[in-house]
Amino acid sequence: MNNFLSKIKSRKILVFPYVFWILGFTVVPLILIVIYGLTDKNGVLTFENITSMGTYEHMKALILSLLLSLISTLICLLLAYPLALILKKRGAGAGRFIVFIFVLPMWMNFLLRTLAWQTLLEKNGIINGILSLFTLPGIAVINTNYAIILGMVYNFLPFMVLPIYNVLVKIDDNVVNAARDLGASRRQTFFHILLPLSIPGIVSGITMVFVPALTTFVISNILGGAKILLIGNVIEQEFTRGSGWHLGAGLSLVMMVFIFISMALIAKYDSQEGRTF
Amino acid sequence: MKIGILKRLEKIFGDFYLALILIFLYAPILVMVVLSFNSSKSRTRWGGFTWQWYTQLFSSSMIMDAFKNTVIIALLSSIIASIIGTAAAIALNDMKKLPKSMLMGATSIPMLNADIVTGISLMLAFISFGISLGFKTVLVSHITFNIPYVILSVLPKLKKTSRYTYEAALDLGAGPLKAFFAVVFPDIFPGILSGFLLAFTMSLDDFIITHFTKGAGINTLSTLIYSEVRKGIKPSMYALSSIIFLVVLILLLITNFAPNINKVHKNTKIKGMR
Repeated sequence: MNNFLSKIKSRKILVFPYVFWILGFTVVPLILIVIYGLTDKNGVLTFENITSMGTYEHMKALILSLLLSLISTLICLLLAYPLALILKKRGAGAGRFIVFIFVLPMWMNFLLRTLAWQTLLEKNGIINGILSLFTLPGIAVINTNYAIILGMVYNFLPFMVLPIYNVLVKIDDNVVNAARDLGASRRQTFFHILLPLSIPGIVSGITMVFVPALTTFVISNILGGAKILLIGNVIEQEFTRGSGWHLGAGLSLVMMVFIFISMALIAKYDSQEGRTF
Repeated sequence: MKIGILKRLEKIFGDFYLALILIFLYAPILVMVVLSFNSSKSRTRWGGFTWQWYTQLFSSSMIMDAFKNTVIIALLSSIIASIIGTAAAIALNDMKKLPKSMLMGATSIPMLNADIVTGISLMLAFISFGISLGFKTVLVSHITFNIPYVILSVLPKLKKTSRYTYEAALDLGAGPLKAFFAVVFPDIFPGILSGFLLAFTMSLDDFIITHFTKGAGINTLSTLIYSEVRKGIKPSMYALSSIIFLVVLILLLITNFAPNINKVHKNTKIKGMR
């Protein structure tokens, strides 16, 4: 009895509701995806759901998703790094305000923001309207892969800016100044000091952009029209329109391979940093 | 002299770059606000100024119901997540390394995993166990993805508190509950608050997980907007989002620039957009 009471006093029991929750609503559901993905409607073990990723239609969607999300991630990185550097140079006070301004659009419903891009890009849309005012030729971007890339960059750019900015502001200015005093050129300072020190931020930015871009079905649906199918669209349709749950689960298992790769990358750089969250 | 010019050029280039990105980020929001006052129903023609979409907004029971659902789910899920998450964080802070790192690993799953996977996994779980999709399942799903944000906001605060003050309170005769609320709670409250706010906004903004776990009878604002994408969005939706934007702007200005509120949630607000 005494033993029991002292156990109660130990604060560890407070974790029980959470453990229950995690098992019930995170671990078990993930196991269910594996079970559904590896069985057919009659519950018989099969690899058909997985291998169907190899069919032309599904492979095309997967490769297109990989391609578009990699391009978007690269563009985000190229846009975000100089931005984060500029923000760092503006100093703490101004930097904080500007960061606020860059995060603010994220609080607006992302479906509505993406829809607004549709309005901007449409054939008779606002951008073409402005272009025709100056008698410039219009652009035909909507319902193409370019529109999807634009939507991905627009929606996920802040995910790249924030982690990079967060590592850059932690770099002591004296380190940079020391390199300059010791005769390093601006370029050398960048490639030998700033870039290596900011790699953890870059890695987490890349995964923060790559995973949602790879798996999106909303952006491709709104900006790509109904014709361009990404792997997210294929899986979403299996679950909401048909009743191809087994096939959908199998395809998600294949997609999850890429998510695991980026999770592993994050974990590697996290442990290198010596922090456990 | 030459360096001065170079520095000024760099500043001008920096300003120019910032301005370009700002235009990129705010163009769609500006479009939305302008369209909410456009009396023409066309999304590309300006037909004069009107308030009619704002009045229509408040008389549309569909939008109002979705709005109510969104707020209720966000409030309930973030409150419940704050309680479970804070309790878990307190226990985690006391744990040995191995079980702790295992649990922290599990905690990061919903944050790092793709939302579509989280969504379909929860949907499969609910259906497999015979739970019909609806308000309850959306609430449970939101609590699930909200708890990690609370834990990650509270843990750093707990690490800074000394357990001796808590033990001193116990030695001086306070019960565990009283000792907790008198000694520990005030120290970790900023962490709980920022975790709660983060969870609240994540829940407000979620579309993908709600999409898979909501079933047929219920809509949140996000799912209502998505269902209108094909039919064409009603201008009253633009009115609603303009109002939300204004409210969020004011709230953020207060929390960001009022003294005394810590900025944990700014650093953790990394995964969003869900």
